[in-house]
Amino acid sequence: MTIAPHDSCAHCGQHHELSVENLCVRYREGPALDGITFATSCGTCVALIGPNGAGKSTLLKAIAGLLPIASGKIFWRGTQVAKWSREIAYLPQRENVDWQFPITVSGVVRMGRYPQAGWWRPFSPTDEAAIERALAAMDLLDLRHRQISALSGGQQQRVFIARALAQQAHVLLLDEPFSGLDRTSKASLAHTLRELSKEGRLVIAAHHDLDTVRDIYDQALLLRRTSLAFGPVAEVFTESGLEQTFGQPAQAGKEVA
Amino acid sequence: MIDWLTEPLRHPFNQRAIVAALLIGFTNGYASAFVVLKKSALKVGSLSHALLPGIAVAILLVGLHEWSAFLGALFAALMIGLGSLAVSRGSRLDQDSSLAILYTAAFSGGIILLRRLGVAQQMDEWLFGNIMGLRDGDLWTTFWISVGALGVLTALHRPLLMTLFDTEVAATLGVPIRALNYLLFAVLIVVLIGSLQAVGCMLALGLLVTPAATIYLLTDSTSALFWGGSLLGGLASVAAVVIGWHLNIEQGPAIVLVLGAVFLIAFIFSPKYGLLRHSAAKDR
Repeated sequence: MTIAPHDSCAHCGQHHELSVENLCVRYREGPALDGITFATSCGTCVALIGPNGAGKSTLLKAIAGLLPIASGKIFWRGTQVAKWSREIAYLPQRENVDWQFPITVSGVVRMGRYPQAGWWRPFSPTDEAAIERALAAMDLLDLRHRQISALSGGQQQRVFIARALAQQAHVLLLDEPFSGLDRTSKASLAHTLRELSKEGRLVIAAHHDLDTVRDIYDQALLLRRTSLAFGPVAEVFTESGLEQTFGQPAQAGKEVA
Repeated sequence: MIDWLTEPLRHPFNQRAIVAALLIGFTNGYASAFVVLKKSALKVGSLSHALLPGIAVAILLVGLHEWSAFLGALFAALMIGLGSLAVSRGSRLDQDSSLAILYTAAFSGGIILLRRLGVAQQMDEWLFGNIMGLRDGDLWTTFWISVGALGVLTALHRPLLMTLFDTEVAATLGVPIRALNYLLFAVLIVVLIGSLQAVGCMLALGLLVTPAATIYLLTDSTSALFWGGSLLGGLASVAAVVIGWHLNIEQGPAIVLVLGAVFLIAFIFSPKYGLLRHSAAKDR
């Protein structure tokens, strides 16, 4: 299967691999992640599956460069991710966003261009075009002047995806994107994530609802402090795999999800 | 009406006071948007109280000069701000509590010290402001503080806004969060010192919160919050100076009172977020 490169992959003309090798992250209370290893590439939709406190959020934040890594390595396109990369977009959990912030839909999406535009430079036509494309792709053109709290949960989620698109990120890291959405929004977000990976982006999402994993994702990472299994959903997302992930009584320690 | 407005302008004291009110109100109004978005009004209030002991120690050490009070205030606010960070990191106490302990202790020390330095007259000014007592030199200080603070805040507008909206995402986009936070508070301290002459350290917080807080109830646009806050701060301060002159009331408290009144109007009548709007929506 050949994958059509999306607009931000086009200039590189290669298949982009994200690989995580023996990653360990430590909190003050103790290890949060231990020996995480997996490798995946653009054009895939990956589910992170595990109980609360298994380290799903921690793993996403570590890949995004938000947490110091105790040991192990993360490679993106063959080079080690040092601190942060414009090509990797992290989308916060909905509860962590200040929805009363006086900002409009297009205001949020415009922030995605700040890394390109720098701290001072006015937006170029390229920047404006990327913003328009992102708004259009997420079907937000009519809502662009809305304040962000005046949106449905699904629309709010799309605003943050649009910001990642404006940023021209290759990798989208989403933390529980489906939580708190109604049935229709869930279905449409699932469709959006599928489309994004079909375009050639790499989508990695912490996922809670086990019933929908097969419909949305290509690959799954079963996680509980360490990576228990990784591979195509059909192979990994099995009765025995899930029992191993969720079945045993939770280990002592603080919840860090 | 025109006379009512122009009459105070004939006196040089008033001219200086009005220019200063415009500068200070505008700068504070702009900076107040950051305070409101950061939800750190209490921290800023603590820092404004921390200015007084700094002035006291500066006078004790080098006497009262044009710059000694300024530098002393700056130094004290920085020490107390950073001190509270050190206490909260070195113990299990949170930063707000540490800040409260440090600034009240320092403030008490400042009051006791100032009473014994024979500057009782000036102490009232440092506490509540005396915009009519402004000299040309003070006006220049105010001017440079305004230019500096507005310059830094405008130049860093994008990264600051990103940090305020969501810190984590800002960090993933390469914004140096911690350095920016320190810088923002440093600028806010300088702005506080700049408004000392107008409203004093007891009331400075009002000028550094109310303008943008009022606009916050009226708009959903980020830039309207900043520029609306600036305009409201500037206009309300000038209006208060003029009103204060006619009614013979102290200008410092008048500024904060006028801002408070405008806030009350917005709180009740804001078409989008006002009290009346809420109850009307409930009735339906």
